[in-house]
Amino acid sequence: MTENYDIFEHDVLVIGAGGAGLRAVISAAQAGLNVGLVCKSLLGKAHTVMAEGGVAGALGNLDKKDSWEIHFKDTMKGGQFLNNWRIVEIFAKEAPERVLELEQWGAVFDRTPEGLIMQRPFGGHTYRRLSHVGDRTGLEIIRTLQDKAVSYGMKTYMEVTLTRLLKDGDRVVGAFGYYRPTGKFLAIKAKAVVLATGGWGRMYKVTSNSWESTGDGVMMAYEAGAELLDMEMVQFHPTGMVWPPGVRGLLVTEGVRGDGGILRNSKGERFMFKEEYMPEMYKGQYAETEEEAHRWLEDKDKNRRPPELLPRDVVSRSIYKEVLAGRGSEHGGVYLDITHRGADFIKRKLPSMYEQFYALGGVDITKQPMEVYPTIHYTMGGILTHPETCATTVPGLYAAGESAAGLHGANRLGGNSLSDILVFGRRAGDGTAEFARGVDYGAVDDQQIEEEMNLMLAPFTCEGKENPYRLTQELQEAMQEGAMIARTEQGLSKCLQTILNLQERAKNLHVDGSREYNPGWHTARDIRYMLKTSEVIVRCALERKESRGAQWRADYPDRDPEWGKKNLIASKEGDQVKISTRPLPEMPPELAKLFEESK
Amino acid sequence: MDKVTLRVFRGAGNGGVEQDYEVPTFEGMVVLDAIHYIQQNLDSTLACRWNCKAAKCGSCSAEINGVPRLMCKTHVSDMASKGQPIVVHPLKTFPIIRDLVTDVSWNYRVSEKIPPLQLAPDAPNPLVMQQMDVDRIQEFRKCIECFLCQTVCHILRNHNAKEQFYGPRQLIKLANLDMHPYDTLSRREMIRHEAGVGFCNITKCCTEVCPEHIHITDNGIIPLKERVADEHFDPIQHLIRKLAGTDKKKK
Ligand SMILES: Cc1cc2nc3c(=O)[nH]c(=O)nc-3n(C[C@H](O)[C@H](O)[C@H](O)COP(=O)(O)OP(=O)(O)OC[C@H]3O[C@@H](n4cnc5c(N)ncnc54)[C@H](O)[C@@H]3O)c2cc1C
Ligand code: SF4
Ligand code: SF4
Ligand code: FES
Repeated sequence: MTENYDIFEHDVLVIGAGGAGLRAVISAAQAGLNVGLVCKSLLGKAHTVMAEGGVAGALGNLDKKDSWEIHFKDTMKGGQFLNNWRIVEIFAKEAPERVLELEQWGAVFDRTPEGLIMQRPFGGHTYRRLSHVGDRTGLEIIRTLQDKAVSYGMKTYMEVTLTRLLKDGDRVVGAFGYYRPTGKFLAIKAKAVVLATGGWGRMYKVTSNSWESTGDGVMMAYEAGAELLDMEMVQFHPTGMVWPPGVRGLLVTEGVRGDGGILRNSKGERFMFKEEYMPEMYKGQYAETEEEAHRWLEDKDKNRRPPELLPRDVVSRSIYKEVLAGRGSEHGGVYLDITHRGADFIKRKLPSMYEQFYALGGVDITKQPMEVYPTIHYTMGGILTHPETCATTVPGLYAAGESAAGLHGANRLGGNSLSDILVFGRRAGDGTAEFARGVDYGAVDDQQIEEEMNLMLAPFTCEGKENPYRLTQELQEAMQEGAMIARTEQGLSKCLQTILNLQERAKNLHVDGSREYNPGWHTARDIRYMLKTSEVIVRCALERKESRGAQWRADYPDRDPEWGKKNLIASKEGDQVKISTRPLPEMPPELAKLFEESK
Repeated sequence: MDKVTLRVFRGAGNGGVEQDYEVPTFEGMVVLDAIHYIQQNLDSTLACRWNCKAAKCGSCSAEINGVPRLMCKTHVSDMASKGQPIVVHPLKTFPIIRDLVTDVSWNYRVSEKIPPLQLAPDAPNPLVMQQMDVDRIQEFRKCIECFLCQTVCHILRNHNAKEQFYGPRQLIKLANLDMHPYDTLSRREMIRHEAGVGFCNITKCCTEVCPEHIHITDNGIIPLKERVADEHFDPIQHLIRKLAGTDKKKK
């Protein structure tokens, strides 16, 4: 028996109103299609709004030598060559255009003395490449895209959570979910669907992510048969807040280091200069003395960048090791100091960091160093997509943004995500528009809807006593312990066992109250996605027996050239997670040559 | 461990009650932490909105001890006075959906009516704008749409004049577009009539509650008032000024 539910129809359904989803809406609407946009929060509140440091694209406004080729190289190197070269090529070529178009739509970036868009340095980027607005770049981008998308008159379903993709045969033909305020159900039929649901950082205890990042998108795709790529690759941002407890995990933008922030341990050592932390691949490219690093602040042409600006995986590991060796700060982090830049500079370039520490942490960063420790931040792995169209392996289903994979490889460079969502958001919109024009609406299968309704409603009548919040906490603790920065066979296996137990316990979830705006009930659905996503992450992490980028296996501490040639693919086979390897597509000679020239 | 009592509004549009919850405190705890504690340990049905927990998204607006604030930016220790509970209510100016969640859709509907940026046809790409010329609009663009200013403004709060007045948030959106160096569209008729800039009597309550410290009144509304008042609006002249780039400098 199914209860009544609303039914809607759109040529293109975009799930997710972050930058990727909004950019997809714009291009699908520009193609003349009728678009529906769904998001779990209010419009303008998606994760993208929190992005701080900037959006990377080789505009070359300050460093004329910059080019798409160098951005391409930096991104491949940062990702330790696990990236899909074609995705990176498209990305590096199109990013500047996507940034400039934002300006035409009303975004107001900080300016250079010539009146062009200002760009700042960031980890792993050879040149100053991040267009920004102080440290609130995400807000600028989301508001610009939101206003632009709204001007096309798409239909927006705010505070609607979709929980299942609907299929007609092989093809995705819509999605099913519930209105958060009323708890009533709805189905949206579509000729093509874009998943732009963002990342899944909520599985960890210390996180910079919001409640939305529970992996629903990636799991809906998985359940619908889509292949997932390199799910073990989860990024730990080197600098999260550590104190007071309420702010633990909140992000401290890399812009602090980009603008000269210095990392020190409790002995006062500027530890990033230690030779043991400098990867072979980057030797000779970073300042070797503190004096040179200091001169770089004033003259970026004649001096090399400070080692604080090594890629995130490297800096996170170094901080981890410093703290482990007993050289941590009072509350178990390290110190990040920007005071030498002076109060005026700091308040102008990093206003929201200043405010965040002042209001939430009781620290004046113009006078005192910050305490920082790695926090979970970004998911490089995700839904496998086609480089040109963003099509997934399931017909009718497209993916873009953080939920998709292939661009960042084993480690994302800061700033590359905001340009990712622009470049591939647009392409996903175009891709779906093309597909939608060639097909009709598919049939909606009542059985799929009934199954999902039953699953949703079960916790109200279930005799069990499991509490969704408790399960979430236990999962977060297990992931934090077993699948964090330093991973081992033993730790991962134990973590997997805990996850499987929690999955059993999740069958006995019980919730009270009504269906109207009931967060306990919402959590009961979310925890299922979180558990499954975590299972896939841990299984892939167990499989990859090497250290590469974000995947640091303490029991396999080296890079293995064999593993460097393949991606891990996860897909659903019956009730099992099937994991296989697939050779990376080979880079064509003209691109491969770029790397030889630099040696 | 120290404890604090939260007195939280529970109910829906048709009425509700205040309910007390005792919550253990920790250093640096904000009101949103306390609400989360209640959800996780005392009553999982308590409804509230939040996203960033870092004062960046503008989701967690509520009225705390009678003052509109972001729950994630308000320290429990600043709100608690001896023996008194911390009172948390939903925004007063908007219809209640449930508990601390209100229906703010009116703000989105009004925002949609404001015509977007319209660049001069020959505007260059990339645009050339000096930092000095965009400082002011960048201030307006810091808005996180928390709608605290909308809820506190007496024209909306006490007089419910939602048909006549767009409210401070939308006025600074209009100011942002109007002051954009390359924008060519005149929105002054809208500012004067539909948006009702004349209703504002410069009490500055909006500026006081703005978590982004935007000088809504001084930098946004007052200049808008001057613009629509001191000249009989002439669209051709407006266009010429915009194109000549003199508009910005004209106070
Ligand atoms: C604090 C912070 C700072 C950052 N700073 C930077 C930076 O400086 N530079 C940079 O490049 N990157 C940065 N990032 C990363 C970047 O912000 C994100 O990777 C990017 O914004 C993701 O965009 P998205 O469009 O893919 O997804 P999101 O913005 O996460 O949006 C996801 C959308 O999907 C919706 N959704 C999810 N599940 C469902 C469902 N089941 N049903 C319906 N809707 C659903 C959500 O409601 C939301 O609207 C930062 C991230 C954080 C957390
Ligand atoms: S200054 Fe004007 S807009 Fe602001 S609260 Fe007072 S009346 Fe309302
Ligand atoms: S102007 Fe300030 S108070 Fe008003 S919505 Fe924007 S951020 Fe909130
Ligand atoms: S949760 Fe984002 S502003 Fe409070």
